[in-house]
Amino acid sequence: MTAALRPDLAAIAEMIPKGARVLDVGCGDGALLEVLSTTKGVDGRGIELSQQNVNACVARGLPVMQGDADTDLGEYPSGAFDVAILSQTIQATRNPKEVLGHLLRIGRRTVISLPNFGHWRVRASLAVHGRMPRTRALTFHWYDTPNIHLCTIADFVALAGEMGAKIESALALDDNGRTRAMRAESWGPNILADGAIFLLKRD
Amino acid sequence: MAGSPKFLRPVADTGADIGHAITFDLALTLDCGKTIAPLTVAYMTYGTLNADKSNAVLVCHALTGDQFVASAHPVTGKPGWWDTMVGPGKPIDTDRFFVICSNVLGGCMGTTGPAEIAAATGRPYGLDFPLVTIRDMVRAQAMLLDALGIEKVLSVIGGSMGGMQVLQWAASFPDRVVSAVPIACAARHSAQNIAFHEVGRQAIMADPDWKGGTYQLHGTQPSKGLAVARMAAHITYLSEMALQRKFGRNLQEREQVSFGFGPDFQIESYLRHQGIAFVDRFDANSYLYITRAMDYFDLAAEHDGALAKAFAGAKARFLLISFTSDWLFPTAENKHVAHALNASAAIVSFVEIATDRGHDAFLLDEPEMFATVRGFLNSVALSVGA
Repeated sequence: MTAALRPDLAAIAEMIPKGARVLDVGCGDGALLEVLSTTKGVDGRGIELSQQNVNACVARGLPVMQGDADTDLGEYPSGAFDVAILSQTIQATRNPKEVLGHLLRIGRRTVISLPNFGHWRVRASLAVHGRMPRTRALTFHWYDTPNIHLCTIADFVALAGEMGAKIESALALDDNGRTRAMRAESWGPNILADGAIFLLKRD
Repeated sequence: MAGSPKFLRPVADTGADIGHAITFDLALTLDCGKTIAPLTVAYMTYGTLNADKSNAVLVCHALTGDQFVASAHPVTGKPGWWDTMVGPGKPIDTDRFFVICSNVLGGCMGTTGPAEIAAATGRPYGLDFPLVTIRDMVRAQAMLLDALGIEKVLSVIGGSMGGMQVLQWAASFPDRVVSAVPIACAARHSAQNIAFHEVGRQAIMADPDWKGGTYQLHGTQPSKGLAVARMAAHITYLSEMALQRKFGRNLQEREQVSFGFGPDFQIESYLRHQGIAFVDRFDANSYLYITRAMDYFDLAAEHDGALAKAFAGAKARFLLISFTSDWLFPTAENKHVAHALNASAAIVSFVEIATDRGHDAFLLDEPEMFATVRGFLNSVALSVGA
C-alpha cells in the first residue's frame, strides 16, 4: 500500500511523527491516513467532501467526516490535533486565509501542500500566449477550474508570515512527485518548483 | 377472525405469527419508576450466530416498525421494512451476520405494550401501561441479548427512532457495542418534532372511539384518529420536493376538481391510503406511548446537558448517516451528534447522502447508503475477526 502512495503524500507522511493525532482535511480516498495508521500508529481523522471518497475511507475503516474545509473547521476545538494536513486543497477553498487560520489553530503543527502558480511554465504560458495557463498539475480551463485561489510559493510564504506561522521546513515538489528541501524565502523555488510542501507552526 | 378488527386483542392472540418471543418473570424497572412484570419481548432473527458469538447485529426499528425487518409482515403480508438493507448478500449480510430485531417495549407486535393483557388485572393495560422511554426500550433489548447469550454485538443499527436507540445503546452499554450506526436521527427531539407528535396524539384522543384509551374493552378502535395521526406524520417523512415530484397538483382519477371535499388531488388520496393501511397493523395506544418515548428522548439531559459526556465511555466505532432533504432529523442534528462524539474522542465517521426523498430515504433504495453501511460493517467485522 505504501508503494501506491502518491509521491507528494509520501513526502507528507515523512513529516508526521509516530503516534500523532492527525486531521487530514480533504483526505480523498484515505490513502495517506491509511499509511499513517498502519506504518506510524497514527490516530488519524479525515474530512472529505466527495461521497465516493468518504465511502472509500469508511470501507478502509478510517474515521472520516463528510464535510467542507470552508464551513466545518470551526467546529474543531483548538489544539485538538498534533498535526493538521491540507494537501493540494487550499487553492480550491473559498476563503484560504480563514481555512489556514483554522488549521493553525486546530493543529499544533500544520502541513500544507499546494501547486505553485509562480512556476516559469505558468508565467511563460500567460506571457507568451496571453491565455490562462494550463499545466500538468493545473489541467482546467479558467471557466471550469475548482482552483479559484491559486497562489505562488512567495504568496503563500507571505501569508504564513502575516498570520504568525513559522515555516519549520519546506519541500519543493516537481510534477513527477520528486521532492527536495528548499529555502522557502529564496526566489529559485518560486520559479522552478511545480509545487511545495510546508510544515508550519504557529509562533 | 376474518373481518374483526385486529387489535381488539393483543396481536399474539389473533393468530398472527409474531416470530419468537421470550417472557421474563424478572421485573423491568422503568425510568418513570414503575415496573413491568412479566415482560415479553417478541423478536426475529436472521442468519446464524457464529461459535464465538461475535457476529450479532442488532437492528432497532423506528416508530411504526416492528421485528419483521427482513421477512414478510404477518398482518399485511408486505416485505420486511428494511429488506433492501438486511438479507443474504445485502449490506447487512445475513449470510455473514446474525441479525436480531425485536419489537420495542410499548409496541404492538408481541412485545409488552398497552394492548397486552396486564397480569394484575387480566385486562388490557390501556393507559395503565407505564410511560416508557428510549432507554427502557434499550434495557428490554439488553435483556433479550442476555437471554440469547450474546454479550457483545458487532453492530447496533437503526434509523429515526431506531437511531435514537442506537445512541442510547452506545451511552448505556458502551462495553457491549463494537460499532454503532445511527441513521437519520438526533440526540434529542426538537420542539418541531414534539409538535408534530402532539398533533397525532390529539387526533387519536379526539376520536370518540378512543374512549379514554379503553377501546379494547368496548370493541372499538380509534381508526379515524390513528389514520389522521399517520397522515400528519407521513408528511414529515417526505420532502416538499419529493411530494411535488410524485404528486404535484395531479388530480385523482378525475378531469377537474369536484368542488367538494372528496380526494380531488392525488396527494390526498395517497395520504388517506397511508392512514387507512396503517390502522390495520398498529395499535392507537402504542402510537401514543412510543411517540411520547421519542419526545422524552434527550441524551444530553442525563449528562448535565453535555452530549459529549453521554459518550464519555463509548468504545464503539460510529458511522452516522443523514440525508440532505430530511427536515425531520436534519443533517445539523446528526452532525451535532458527530461533533459530540468527536469531542469525546470516539472514532466516528459521518456521511450526508444527497437525496430528495426526505426522512423516509433511510428505508428506501439509496445505493450510497448501502455502499457506506456495507463498507463500514465489513471493516468492523475484519477488525474483530468476525
